[in-house]
Amino acid sequence: MVGITSFGGYIPRLRLLRKSIVDAHSWADPSLRGKAKFERSMCNWDEDSVTMGVEAARDCIAPISLKSPDAIYFASTSMPFVDRQNAGIIVEALSLGQDIASLDIGSSQRAGTSALMQALAAVKGGSYQNALVVASDHRKTRPSSTQELAFGDGAAAVTIGTEHVILEYLGGHSTTVDFVDHFKGEGQQFDYNWEERWIRDEGYKKIIPPTIAQALAKTNLPAEAINHFVLPATIGRAAETAAKAAGISSEILCDNLAQTCGDTGVAHPLIMLLNRMEEDVRAGQLIMVASFGQGCDVLIFRVTEHLAKMSKPNGIRGSLANRQEESNYNRFLAFNRLIDKEYGMRAERDNKTALTTLYRRRDMILGLVGGKCRQCGSPQFPRQDVCVNPDCAAPHTQDPYSFVNENAKIQSWSADYLTYTMDPPSHYGMIVFDKGGRFMTDFTDVAVGEIDVGTAVRMVFRIKGFDERRGFVRYFWKAVPIR
Amino acid sequence: MATGIKDKVAILGMGCSKFGERWDAGAEELMVEAYLEAMSDAGIEPKQLDAAWFSTAIEDVHVGKSGLPLSMALRLPNIAVTRVENFCASGSEAFRGAVYAVASGACDIALALGVEKLKDTGYGGLPASGVGTLSPQWQATGSAPGNFAQLASAYRAKHNVKAEDLKKAIAHVSVKSHANGAKNPKAHLQKAVTEEQVINAPMIAEPLGLFDCCGVSDGSACAIVTTPEIARSMGKTNLITVKALQLALSSGSETGHNSWDGSYFHTTRIAAKKAYKEAGIDNPREQVSMFEVHDCFSITEMVTMEDLFISPEGGAIKDVMDGFYDADGKVPCQIDGGLKCFGHPIGASGLRMLYEMYLQLQGRAEQRQLGQPSMGMTHNLGGAPHQNVAAVCIIGAE
Repeated sequence: MVGITSFGGYIPRLRLLRKSIVDAHSWADPSLRGKAKFERSMCNWDEDSVTMGVEAARDCIAPISLKSPDAIYFASTSMPFVDRQNAGIIVEALSLGQDIASLDIGSSQRAGTSALMQALAAVKGGSYQNALVVASDHRKTRPSSTQELAFGDGAAAVTIGTEHVILEYLGGHSTTVDFVDHFKGEGQQFDYNWEERWIRDEGYKKIIPPTIAQALAKTNLPAEAINHFVLPATIGRAAETAAKAAGISSEILCDNLAQTCGDTGVAHPLIMLLNRMEEDVRAGQLIMVASFGQGCDVLIFRVTEHLAKMSKPNGIRGSLANRQEESNYNRFLAFNRLIDKEYGMRAERDNKTALTTLYRRRDMILGLVGGKCRQCGSPQFPRQDVCVNPDCAAPHTQDPYSFVNENAKIQSWSADYLTYTMDPPSHYGMIVFDKGGRFMTDFTDVAVGEIDVGTAVRMVFRIKGFDERRGFVRYFWKAVPIR
Repeated sequence: MATGIKDKVAILGMGCSKFGERWDAGAEELMVEAYLEAMSDAGIEPKQLDAAWFSTAIEDVHVGKSGLPLSMALRLPNIAVTRVENFCASGSEAFRGAVYAVASGACDIALALGVEKLKDTGYGGLPASGVGTLSPQWQATGSAPGNFAQLASAYRAKHNVKAEDLKKAIAHVSVKSHANGAKNPKAHLQKAVTEEQVINAPMIAEPLGLFDCCGVSDGSACAIVTTPEIARSMGKTNLITVKALQLALSSGSETGHNSWDGSYFHTTRIAAKKAYKEAGIDNPREQVSMFEVHDCFSITEMVTMEDLFISPEGGAIKDVMDGFYDADGKVPCQIDGGLKCFGHPIGASGLRMLYEMYLQLQGRAEQRQLGQPSMGMTHNLGGAPHQNVAAVCIIGAE
């Protein structure tokens, strides 16, 4: 049996009220006023598709003890690097070791399901035993566009294997049609979109149903057998229209999270699937997942008895519950570099990264791996040749020691209005890990007055800084309050 | 067996430029200003100098590297010039080099000069300095006020102090220094401030407001040292000699090992203990007449007074509020106005502190003159509470 063996999700804590977007733009486009409802998820300034992907994968890997994956597929249309394997950053952040195949998949909104199908096929064919699929998007949208309102940011991850399968893969089908509902040309910041009615009637309604029919035929299932149907769509009634044309009741369409999160691009089919799996499914039920983008992917799964037995990840529902309302649209514009904001001369610092140093210390910087002294037992960060314990100071006695999943408490802190950050004030302070070790760290996802000495924190993978001049992104770990 | 530095070296002369936003002067002019005063005070010719130590810290925003900027600005006669840098303790480091050179017998007369020209950057606050290739990839992105503000949060937690009580105490630290600075024509800020002004000033790094932070200034200070014997042979009387000179650097334990609680300076305590021993002081609260400490931020000064063992641990707030460190208190601190009013031209500050102690000990501090001080101590700290360089120096009448 091949299928999904674990899952995890991540939605950023910030939720931008759509009203704040509409309030800023309805002077020019009064028709926006009707869209001033609910909210969309929004990356903090230090989040991107890679950092969200790491968090989703951590959520996925954490609940059950799995064999380390031997393949990773990273799907996104908003990867920070065009040429530096983005999946490789995730591999380092998760300390998965170098014996792992990796692949970035993009260029279409169905890249998430395509990655999933590739992984399923590879595991089924025996090429890999345990594949990790991460889908994540943080798409840049033109201010006041429909997409700005409809999109959200988020990530999902699943592992594919043959043991302890929670969603058995029964089969699926893919079609490829060069239906250009939108496109983003090389070097362009934003999508260019065609008319929604055409996309619904010629795209969703005519491309998805035959793909579903093929998938059902391959699995010898009638449409009525499907219990849950995942089909992301931002266009009004597009999913319902496609479902009806395929003979599927719109009653079983899964929540597209438009009210709470927005459409998260290539992550969205998985996010919708996870959201449903976290609560509303029973063993034996069938779930169909479809996604649309220059063709269509359709996958059919059967829920197994293992789902109910597994320990649940934080997942989509947990992520959605960890919510910070954002009503300042200017902050969204600044975080997404949609305005050329004045940050002062302190922001001019050259952030050129020594790639040799990064490579030499990659387990430390990307994986938050420190050391633990064999002689005195002190965990320490960073790992150095001489033990930091003044009563020990033994040379060459440290074994690698990961701080990724270690909780800590704040020993000292400040909210600094002087130092440059895209989100002032900059919060940082000394954290002391419960099991030993400490370092001065940046805090993220905190509001003024929210932290104090003694606040319990955990570590998250985030952007450390940008090298605007050369287009490089630095990543490291930061502390967030345990909420 | 080391015998320490006590009374082996005397100060022959000192000089200090006017500190401030010296739009009129570059680092070279500031150096000459401090140097000429020191040379005149010492009563010597350039050819009598055997060697020089030159301190700057953020050299890339003014003179650049090496000892050449000093040698060439002062047109020194081809003598040895060593450039030193040890963060904000650089000035003390230059002094240490010159003093040790004389004490070793390698030099008869040595010069220490520190300078920093910080106001050519285009913005307020300290300029960013080089941090290497690894640290910017992981260390928290902080500023000096944010790093020192950490002390306040840890101190409050350790001693169970209410935020408003601490804020009030550190406000008094600044009010006291401004009152002193108002009497000093060489200070950058020469205006008294009220506690209300300090408490209500814009926040820089929680809980430090604008007046809790020292200024950023241009300035230079200079010392010329020799042996007491040579000084006497030159007709000098009432010699001021070096009693102790100590430097302690973090090993990384504060930032990496859970033995430190974040509320004090581990290094300052070590340097102070060694310095008192070197100077033969067993009760500093009674024996040291006055202090110039590294008040880069008001909280730093307050905590430092405990780390120098003047106030008991947790007791600095009471001493501060009782006026113990005020100009008319038992042990005046920052009688020249401190970093608070002089600002902090990094390479110069340690020498500037010694300049005030020197003037006071010689009874030449004019309207700031204290009664009859016999022993003065400087404390010059570079870095941040969790990793730093602590330099202390005690000078006194021979």
